[in-house]
Amino acid sequence: MLGEGILKGMVETARNFAGSYVSKDRLTTVEYPEERIAPKENARQFPFLVFDGNDPMAGLRCVACQICEKECPPKCIYIEKSKDKKPDFVGKMQFYPATFDIDVSVCMSCQICVEVCPFDAIKMDQEYELSNDDRFGGLLLNKTRLAKSNEYYGKMHPQEAGAIDESRLKTKEAAEAKVKADAEAKVKAAAEAKAKEAQPPTAPPNKGA
Amino acid sequence: MDIGQLINSILNDPDQVFVLTKAFVVGKFPEGAQPLVSILLSILPILSVFPGLFALTTILERKGLGRIQNRMGPNRVGPFGILQPVADGIKALIKEDVVPRAADKVVHFLAPVVIVIPVIMSYAVLPVGRNMVAIDLDAGLLFFFAVGASTELAVFMAGWSSRNKYSLLGAMRAIGQMISYEIPLILSAITVVMAVGSLSTTSMVDAQAGYYGWLPNWYVFTPWGFAGFLLFLTAATAESNRSPFDIPEGESEIIAGYFVEYSGFKFALFFLGEYLGLFAVSGLAITLFLGGWHAPLPFLEWIPSWCWFFVKLMCFIVLFIWLRGTLPRLRQDQLMNFAWKFMLPLTLINIVVAGIWRFLEPGMLRWAVCAAILAAAYVLLARGLTAARGVAPREYRYAEN
Amino acid sequence: MELAFVIIATVTLGGAVAVMSLRHLVHCALALVVTFAGLGAMYLLLSAEFVAFVQLLVYVGAVAILIVFALLLTRSATVEPHQGLLHSKVAGVGIALLAFGTIISALLTSSRFDRTQITAPSLTVRQIGEELMTRYVLPLEVIGLLLTAATIGAVVIAMDERKVADRSKSAEPEHAAEDKHG
Repeated sequence: MLGEGILKGMVETARNFAGSYVSKDRLTTVEYPEERIAPKENARQFPFLVFDGNDPMAGLRCVACQICEKECPPKCIYIEKSKDKKPDFVGKMQFYPATFDIDVSVCMSCQICVEVCPFDAIKMDQEYELSNDDRFGGLLLNKTRLAKSNEYYGKMHPQEAGAIDESRLKTKEAAEAKVKADAEAKVKAAAEAKAKEAQPPTAPPNKGA
Repeated sequence: MDIGQLINSILNDPDQVFVLTKAFVVGKFPEGAQPLVSILLSILPILSVFPGLFALTTILERKGLGRIQNRMGPNRVGPFGILQPVADGIKALIKEDVVPRAADKVVHFLAPVVIVIPVIMSYAVLPVGRNMVAIDLDAGLLFFFAVGASTELAVFMAGWSSRNKYSLLGAMRAIGQMISYEIPLILSAITVVMAVGSLSTTSMVDAQAGYYGWLPNWYVFTPWGFAGFLLFLTAATAESNRSPFDIPEGESEIIAGYFVEYSGFKFALFFLGEYLGLFAVSGLAITLFLGGWHAPLPFLEWIPSWCWFFVKLMCFIVLFIWLRGTLPRLRQDQLMNFAWKFMLPLTLINIVVAGIWRFLEPGMLRWAVCAAILAAAYVLLARGLTAARGVAPREYRYAEN
Repeated sequence: MELAFVIIATVTLGGAVAVMSLRHLVHCALALVVTFAGLGAMYLLLSAEFVAFVQLLVYVGAVAILIVFALLLTRSATVEPHQGLLHSKVAGVGIALLAFGTIISALLTSSRFDRTQITAPSLTVRQIGEELMTRYVLPLEVIGLLLTAATIGAVVIAMDERKVADRSKSAEPEHAAEDKHG
């Protein structure tokens, strides 16, 4: 009321002033290009494409289903489906994106593409140093620039990536088991057919049972 | 007089180094050109030293504010970032000068010029050191306030010609604030005029010469002088649109106020004008209340007088930066209330107290009476102001603690 | 001195012509400021320091701002042509000439005009102050009282409509301008 608050405040700021020279812990900022603060786990910038294995182009999870392209609110994704097919991680024949472009100057980081993707193929990146001297081409990310390994994703989101890997492993195992079972069944069927062939006339009573 | 004599006399009296050098240089010119050279040599230091001080202040302010907010502040350009003002200046010079299509081109162009010229003119009457004043006007103080008054017009020109609602709002706020605080500013300076019996700035400094024991004979060490100094300082802060009285700028509401539509060097000119105004009014506060260029203690008199002026000025700059780092911005109605219901009555009472001081016998009684009146007025006005507005600790309806 | 007089007189008259001829009212007000400042410079040329500075302080600092504010707050800044009482230009010019002629003839016949050159009295601010506080103290006090009454009146007029509801806004810039006259 009588101005003592002003003095109190000035003492406080003086303490901050002097303190910032004495203790490093007080400093709330870091000197950016040399030092960086690791981003928080939930931080997100722009989407990227996850690939498995060592070859980015071969290991892309994306099957060019174009759901993300359709859902994207600012329409910043452009996908061209491939003509041919190639096997995915379970060995099933799938299309793959011949072209996959994201214009990050248009992207609004809403993460809807990530939410709708049934293949866990598109995820949000934490890379923020995207400044470029070409404001059109430099910010239009193509397939090669978008592709980032699953290990990179795992480093950003260990838990989520772990869960996805686990479920993918299960799917793969199930698929392999199925393939195995199918193969076995095939072998069995073949054997049976062979057996049938061997003694065709005597078989009929078995069928009824 | 040759160069040897000049060096000799400077060594005899280092205080007068600039005065003697100027006289020496002027003496080298033919008779007819001497007045012109003399004028030029008075103007040039003002035009170089104070803008230089402005450059220094920008970096000091950014560093200081950074430290107050627990940041590093600029530290990239040059060692410790001290070349930052150079980089800023180059940036301002090479930036595109954007003029809004709807703007009033002529007035828009003139406003930054009009804002800087009167501010620089006001330095003419500031005594920077012994025998160091550009023109010793008989009505120096009046001159200072008269040229200072025209900055309001420049602010209006900038705000109106931009054809931008934020500019106009900022200009309105700035003018309202400047006019309101000009009255306490002038009234608190009047006490010194009463004590000195002159409007001349040099005679004000002369009146504060000498020491009372170890205490310098400055007006800030009298009750009315102390009160007047604080009032003058507050009004000066508001006059130069400094935080906490920076609602004309109000970045969070009206972006930058009256100079929102200026870019490049015109924008820099507004900043220059603002800071030069701050230095000028600080210099006036030094002249009025802090003994001008006189040394604070008798045994420090060997240091040249102009050093003392700039040391005091730097103290003011540090204080203003410190205040800016501490206080939040006032609201428009709080600002007006403070000017009209607190500052104005207190300055009027202070004038009466200065009169009482003049006519009472020197001694402890005079001190006690004047201090008591001012303290009582201060407490009553402050309490009255807060009581009238019903100020109480804020109650939070939704947030707990 | 001659050169300074010519420059100042040109600027002052140019400002005055601009006030009358410019279309935009705010431009007119700004041109008026040039005239005010020119008059101040003229006083300075006549070594009337005090009057010159007061002219700047009051007219440039306060009256100009008051005019500009009044323009902005009361009406749209542009004005339609032919708004005066007299539509005829001839009548206007005639009246102007008549007024000018009257003043000139009065000047020519006055006894002051043929007085020989007198030296300007050197007046210090101190002398002016002493005169104001001794010989002219009563007129000064009366003017002060009048202006105070005017200020209070302005405050009362401004407060009338809003009554107590909005007491905090009663301090308005125009009172500040009024105060400066005192």
